[in-house]
Amino acid sequence: MALLQISEPGQSAAPHEHRLAVGIDLGTTNSLVATVRSGLAVVLNDALGRPLLPSVVHYAADGHSEVGYEAQAFQASDPQNTLVSVKRLMGRGRQDIQHVESLPYDFVDAEGMVKLRTAQGIKSPVEVSADILRSLRERAELSLGGPLTGAVITVPAYFDDAQRQATKDAARLAGLKVLRLLNEPTAAAIAYGLDNGAEGIYAVYDLGGGTFDISILKLSQGVFQVLATGGDSALGGDDFDHRVFCWIIEQAKLAPLAPQDAGLLQMRAREAKEYLTSHGEAPITARLSTGEYVDLRLTTESFTAITHTLVHKTLGPTRKALRDAGLSPDEVKGVVMVGGATRMPQIQKAVEDFFGCEPLNNLDPDKVVALGAATQANLLVGNRAAGDDWLLLDVIPLSLGIETMGGLVEKIIPRNSTIPVARAQDFTTFKDGQTAMALHVVQGERELVSDCRSLARFELRGIPPMVAGAARIRVTFQVDADGLLAVAAREQTTGHEAHIEVKPSYGLSDDEIAAMLKDSIRHATDDAYRRALREAQVEAQRLVEAVQSALREDAELLTAAERAHIDACVAKLQAVMIGDDRRAVDAAIEALSSGTADFAARRMNRSVQRALAGKKVDAVSL
Amino acid sequence: MTASFDPSQDFFALFGLPRRQALDTARLEVLYRDLQAQVHPDKHAHLSDMEQRKAMQWATRVNEAYLTLKNPLKRARYLLALAGHDALIETNTAMPAEFLMAQMELREAVAEAKQRGDSAELEAQHRSLKQTIRSEYATLQSTLDAGDYDSAGERVRQLMFQEKLLHDIDEALEVLET
Repeated sequence: MALLQISEPGQSAAPHEHRLAVGIDLGTTNSLVATVRSGLAVVLNDALGRPLLPSVVHYAADGHSEVGYEAQAFQASDPQNTLVSVKRLMGRGRQDIQHVESLPYDFVDAEGMVKLRTAQGIKSPVEVSADILRSLRERAELSLGGPLTGAVITVPAYFDDAQRQATKDAARLAGLKVLRLLNEPTAAAIAYGLDNGAEGIYAVYDLGGGTFDISILKLSQGVFQVLATGGDSALGGDDFDHRVFCWIIEQAKLAPLAPQDAGLLQMRAREAKEYLTSHGEAPITARLSTGEYVDLRLTTESFTAITHTLVHKTLGPTRKALRDAGLSPDEVKGVVMVGGATRMPQIQKAVEDFFGCEPLNNLDPDKVVALGAATQANLLVGNRAAGDDWLLLDVIPLSLGIETMGGLVEKIIPRNSTIPVARAQDFTTFKDGQTAMALHVVQGERELVSDCRSLARFELRGIPPMVAGAARIRVTFQVDADGLLAVAAREQTTGHEAHIEVKPSYGLSDDEIAAMLKDSIRHATDDAYRRALREAQVEAQRLVEAVQSALREDAELLTAAERAHIDACVAKLQAVMIGDDRRAVDAAIEALSSGTADFAARRMNRSVQRALAGKKVDAVSL
Repeated sequence: MTASFDPSQDFFALFGLPRRQALDTARLEVLYRDLQAQVHPDKHAHLSDMEQRKAMQWATRVNEAYLTLKNPLKRARYLLALAGHDALIETNTAMPAEFLMAQMELREAVAEAKQRGDSAELEAQHRSLKQTIRSEYATLQSTLDAGDYDSAGERVRQLMFQEKLLHDIDEALEVLET
């Protein structure tokens, strides 16, 4: 697949460098990091050989913070400062969070995304997630022996734009370059499909700690095409724990609990749930701070009865996804089970009954998502090997719309559209000389704005003044391959580009992110400047390699003068990237990027032509 | 190989397919996959930001083209627009009286079945309407490919009605299920 490289005499061709890339499953309960080593996807364990990192962060009053098992140890003794299941809070307002009263946290009363008051000040869920990601990044860099080129981070397929953006922001805070946000069920499908050479229609049933996803995919000749996806971004194993927790309180006739007792019983509830996976009955015992003693037995029958509605709740989105894909359950060849919560026997049975076939459990439901993400990351950084030319076509899970007169929603991009996708819509002014206009973008399937999720308000400024109705402002809604929305506006008659100000409803503004970045750098143990320089150098290296490989493939698309300019930019970047002036590296990166813009466009046209001519590039370059 | 590639060319030209309503859908599938395999952002993620942006624009266009050509109603409307006859659809709302009468009766029957919660009846209506629509598309194809834009435009308007009703039955069934 790789081109034969012929080097100048006396100069060796650059060895085919293996770039360090990881896949990260940022879970509600546990997180993992995986990579591809010698062609095989493997989960990277911590120093004690443990693959999982509990998604728990403890902020101690003395300024220390712990992540993972060390943080988990504080769950009972310091619940207010020990943050668990923070994924449920990402891109969410306070009114969105279920059982908010049973959470032991001190929520800050404010609009937008929730924030928590801790012993180390106010924390956004984005910062807490960044601490988890940073811990995984450090684990990976230690294990792989160098800085990472990038990471694929997985998100529930049913995550909306605000939740996706929050995840990407967290990665940025953690110093990770996000190669792609990948939907969790799609990641699982890659891992399963590539392992088993699967072809046909498959469903991925993914019940994690806090989210439920169902995706229907068509696997054919190396193309993973998502046909439809559905789910519930607030339904998961945690809810089963909560049912057991409520059952304990009811059975033991307990009065309102102190925070540490609530924390303890939540832990006991989860242990009981896990125990029931392989036993018919689970003992539940606990001594509370009040001196009361809890001693109960939960049978499989009672557990199934109290969680019946939760199991049933997963089947609605499953039906809807199948209908969106235009398929019936018997057309599905296999159901891949993902997420620790699918270990529960009542889930296995419900899936088997619904699809009429035995679910596929041959991959570790805790690891499959991270492994799929690692495989994708390896491909995206360009570590390609034979047989690695598969392609992923994913969809947007929820319709995007804008608010129109009377609080109604006009759909702009329907759910299950293959991404990237864009739609343009024309607007006009309704007052003479109007120079600004506001757009409210929402996500969801309902007709009323109040029933959908508010994503952001966009203010377009700088519209040239004209009489009412004369301006034609074309607003383009672009959803990229990460499933993230960007909005651009242009006045059609004058070609004037409107300036857009984004006010995310449940996200962080650019200013907030910048402040957090500064803050995290101030608190970082390693030298912030060296870190930033190293990142710029990795980026510079990536760009130089990309341009050199493009030049090897398509140099004849350039005139001699253009070639000379690009060569000069490359030489300049190579000269400054070994130094320690970060600004110079950034400037040279910028110069090379813009110097290759036209070349990039021509290369793309050529590859399209090749596809149409029926000639695969593989065949050409072999 | 074509001499130069124009990103603003029409969707049929993009796939190298003839500009007709009759379409080899299996071939469209293959061409779509081959094109995406070249232009998809995942294939360019290791390249410069500029190339990544270009890839996104291309992949977006290929998706739009595929979606338009795959769906027979969208394809027909697109063909009419290419032929300069799209105005027939937007402005001309006149319909034959007997078609409108039949539609109203159908709508009433669907509303009644929905009221009664009779999903078996709704399923039957769905099947029968689907069959009607299928034969309408066959007629549409022959008129459109024969260049009879006026009657093709009328068929398209009627099919928009029928597809909407089919969608409403789908939604009614969905509500009954939950």
